[in-house]
Amino acid sequence: MTGEKIIESMKPMHDRSNGLGGGFAAYGIYPEYKDFFALHMFLDDRAARKSCEALLRETMEIVHAERIPTRTTPAITDEPLIWRFFVSPLRSVLASMQLNEEECVARAVMTINTQMKGAYVFSGGKNMGVFKAVGFPEDVGYFYRLEEYEAYSWTAHGRYPTNTPGWWGGAHPFALLDYSIVHNGEISSYDANRRFIEMFGYKCTLQTDTEVITYIADYLLRKQGLSLEEMASVIAAPFWSTIARKDECEQKKLLYLRKVFSSLLVTGPFSIILGFDGGLMALNDRLKLRSMVVGEKDDKVFIASEEAAIRVMEPGVENIYAPAGGEPVIVRVKEGKF
Amino acid sequence: MLCIDASHMDYQQLNAEIKSSSGDISITGCFGQRFIGAGLEHRHIDISGTPGNALGAYLNGACIEVQGNAQDAVGDTMNAGRIIVHGSIGDAAGYAMRGGELFVEGDAGYRAGIHMKAYGDKIPVMVIGGKAGSFLGEYQAGGVIIVLGLSESSRPIVSNFPCTGMHGGKLFLRSDCKNILLPKQVTGHSATVDDLTEISGYVQAYCELFGGSYEELLHSPFTVITPDNQNPYKQMYVLN
Amino acid sequence: MGIDYIYPQFEVIRNDGRCTNCRICEKQCANGVHVYDSVKKRMVCDESKCVNCQRCVCFCPAHALKIAKNDCTFRENANWDEDTIKELYKQAGSGGVLLSSMGNPKRFPVYWDRILINASQVTNPSIDPLREPMETRVFLGKKPSAIQRDEQGKLKCELPPQIELSMPVMFSAMSYGSVSYNAHACLAKAAQELGICYNTGEGGLHEDFYVYGENTIVQVASGRFGVYKDYLEAGAAIEIKMGQGAKPGIGGHLPGAKITGDVSRTRMVPEGTDAISPAPHHDIYSIEDLGQLVYSLKEATNHRKPIIVKVAAVHNIAAIASGIARSGADIIAIDGFRGGTGAAPTRIRDNVGIPIELALAAVDQRLRDEGIRNNVSLIVGGSIRSSADVIKAVALGADACYIGTAALLALGCHLCRSCQTGKCNWGIATQDPELVKRLDVHVGSQRLINLMTAWRHEIKEMMGGMGVNSIEALKGNRLMLRGIGMTDRELAILGISHAGE
Repeated sequence: MTGEKIIESMKPMHDRSNGLGGGFAAYGIYPEYKDFFALHMFLDDRAARKSCEALLRETMEIVHAERIPTRTTPAITDEPLIWRFFVSPLRSVLASMQLNEEECVARAVMTINTQMKGAYVFSGGKNMGVFKAVGFPEDVGYFYRLEEYEAYSWTAHGRYPTNTPGWWGGAHPFALLDYSIVHNGEISSYDANRRFIEMFGYKCTLQTDTEVITYIADYLLRKQGLSLEEMASVIAAPFWSTIARKDECEQKKLLYLRKVFSSLLVTGPFSIILGFDGGLMALNDRLKLRSMVVGEKDDKVFIASEEAAIRVMEPGVENIYAPAGGEPVIVRVKEGKF
Repeated sequence: MLCIDASHMDYQQLNAEIKSSSGDISITGCFGQRFIGAGLEHRHIDISGTPGNALGAYLNGACIEVQGNAQDAVGDTMNAGRIIVHGSIGDAAGYAMRGGELFVEGDAGYRAGIHMKAYGDKIPVMVIGGKAGSFLGEYQAGGVIIVLGLSESSRPIVSNFPCTGMHGGKLFLRSDCKNILLPKQVTGHSATVDDLTEISGYVQAYCELFGGSYEELLHSPFTVITPDNQNPYKQMYVLN
Repeated sequence: MGIDYIYPQFEVIRNDGRCTNCRICEKQCANGVHVYDSVKKRMVCDESKCVNCQRCVCFCPAHALKIAKNDCTFRENANWDEDTIKELYKQAGSGGVLLSSMGNPKRFPVYWDRILINASQVTNPSIDPLREPMETRVFLGKKPSAIQRDEQGKLKCELPPQIELSMPVMFSAMSYGSVSYNAHACLAKAAQELGICYNTGEGGLHEDFYVYGENTIVQVASGRFGVYKDYLEAGAAIEIKMGQGAKPGIGGHLPGAKITGDVSRTRMVPEGTDAISPAPHHDIYSIEDLGQLVYSLKEATNHRKPIIVKVAAVHNIAAIASGIARSGADIIAIDGFRGGTGAAPTRIRDNVGIPIELALAAVDQRLRDEGIRNNVSLIVGGSIRSSADVIKAVALGADACYIGTAALLALGCHLCRSCQTGKCNWGIATQDPELVKRLDVHVGSQRLINLMTAWRHEIKEMMGGMGVNSIEALKGNRLMLRGIGMTDRELAILGISHAGE
């Protein structure tokens, strides 16, 4: 699928955002560089780019670097320098620091985003990329020429910022490595989650819910090795009374996850879509305070806040349903397809 | 009897092995494993090597015999049973022991018998064959501590500040105690025949375990120390 | 008389028009304030004995009595206030260490009262606790830092032992001896009914209360009173008492006069003998020794009981807590300097330690900085007075709170601060059988249940207002708090912003 369809789908969703942030994540877009981490960056100026490159070179090889192609539109202004670097951590560095390559890249991203003035990495996974800006999503898609990219999985988001001013880095999706999150709602557990996750090397710099949810996903999936279903049972843990009604085996597992990761329970209204290498997961808060619709057609699955967005992309969509709160919808690309 | 070679075990493994068995046990190759026999009842454990700290903590009836020295906190909060050490022991032995018996062939370190108590028919007894370190019987509230002073060393039978805060029980030193400075709230007197009768059984048991003649030992001068009252700090306060 | 005469602190004011000479006040006052004068045929009183416990006031059927602060004062002096002068006279007359009870009454800042709680408006909805599920259950204990799977890839779900509480509040340690049998019975019964825990304190566990085991925390203090295998195995957890907020750095001391029959049996010490538990555990002179005691208790109970280490909030509390967390403890309990006590030297109670709010904030942050916050749970006490204090404590980072004074107030305590006399007219801090029976176990436990039920409702209301439907999502959620009237330094320590920010 090219980006054209998903841009179309965002048009009827115009009123759900206020023009202060729009963005897309696309998976499978860099087949020629699929073994390299694609770092998408906002840079204030040439000097910031130079120092960033120098920092990256300390631990990794940059196999390719270029400006991300954009087109001018009056709807998007004040753009920073937007670059992408395809990198691979140096084996010698990994060996001496006793890190795997994901951890090495994640740390470099944290360092740039928290310590380097004028530089911000907004995407850093393999064979995927995030494209975002201040503006309405359909304009952001046009600006980034997304019709030129082909992906097996797309997510898109229009922002209506609540707590932080609209700025380029604050738009969704928010990404770390190949995890990307789009999120609607505002979580009431933010600081409980943030102060817990920051124990494990993450640094929340944006004061946005989406950022902390992304780090939670990375921590639970990559560092702890939980499955997507297990992660859903942590962040949207069933109520104690619900757990008590499950069968013994399930009960044991749910109790365990809820007790061990109690500080990663996310409360307040949210609907999120997590993009990852090979699929998508959609999840509502356990009270289902936000809307979400899922539909299918042939080998495609569509997830949106409103059915209209799906109908734009696929008028003949089938099996439309609204998943229950706390119940993850997990979609995986057929094995070996990409 | 179960034989356990503890030389490659940590304390958790060793104690788990002890707890999972039911009969008497002989442990060899013991090097510093802590809490051996914690809370144990009705068994005999023989230990070769050097058991770690808190040997026989909360002991509840078992008998532990060490062929060698033991370290700190032997018999911590012991309730019943017997600990026999064919050697010397470290600091704070018999801390708050409420019952049972602790026999040490050699010397004891600092703070032996601290907080020793007695309750109902439980009278804890500690017999130290050699000499005792400072703060012997600190806060002693009950029970019997006997120090025999059977060692070559020229140091006094007990070092500084014995019986500080003592408010119960009795302490027997096989010495005239001329050079021992006692705190104000206790009184030491030469043991009478009645006093010695009270401890003859314990001294006899010591001699049966480690050799020597108990009659001979009991013929030496003993000093008995008892507290003057059970409420040593009552006068210290004024209600506000 | 003479120099040491101190004019009675309180004035007993009797409305003679209302008084019927029924002599109930005389019966109710164990201090002997009220006496019937058969010659004059009226009640007279000796005000010097009055502690202002309000017992006579509450029980006078004619409402003829009131107790007022006496207006006979020394010449006013901003430096030498009345209490200071009186205390000096007492010491000059006796040579004694001043002994007081209950928490620090001095005018130190109460930080709870300078913290405000958030509520949602528009961007994030509040939740109606009467309609939506609202969860207050917590589990205290060590959580593993990494999950484990078996060969089939299934999660291994075994956890270190935990305490389960229906709400994040427990009754703090008060020993049988310092409080009465009936007070303990009330606490135990209420804890069971509420699904929370009470705490034996260092006085052992009365045989009658073993049935409340699952709702009992048994304490091991330096005196080791009543500590033996069955006791250690009786409760839901074992608490090692290293210190107490009301008297950090010094120990406990129950006078022999209070060690009577049952108390002596429960403590397993002879009757009439002082029960002394000095400040240090004599086998703990460094942090690794604490580890030794922690693991000796775990060994003795086959690792089935979580171990709590309770310390007083003192200057270096963050480093201390970090050390405790690394020495095998499952739970750390921190007691602030306003915590209550049955008796403490006045000077220590009033001058030693730090406020629990600051201690909690510092400890929680330190454990997070070291990445070990999930290895250990945090309980805080030392004057938690209301559900709002609980909410603030949880948002600062506590897993649960201990309440002592608040629980005693529910039982009828009127905070006369005279526990050390042993003549508590409310039947709480006394061993006098005549006084003890005034505290009805059924009524007392019901009042505790009422109090906790009310707090739980209020906690849910406040959580709902914040849009939080589980207490877990409030823990350490400091964005929900704002300070008012504090310095930057205070705000920085508490890790919260000022109101308006």
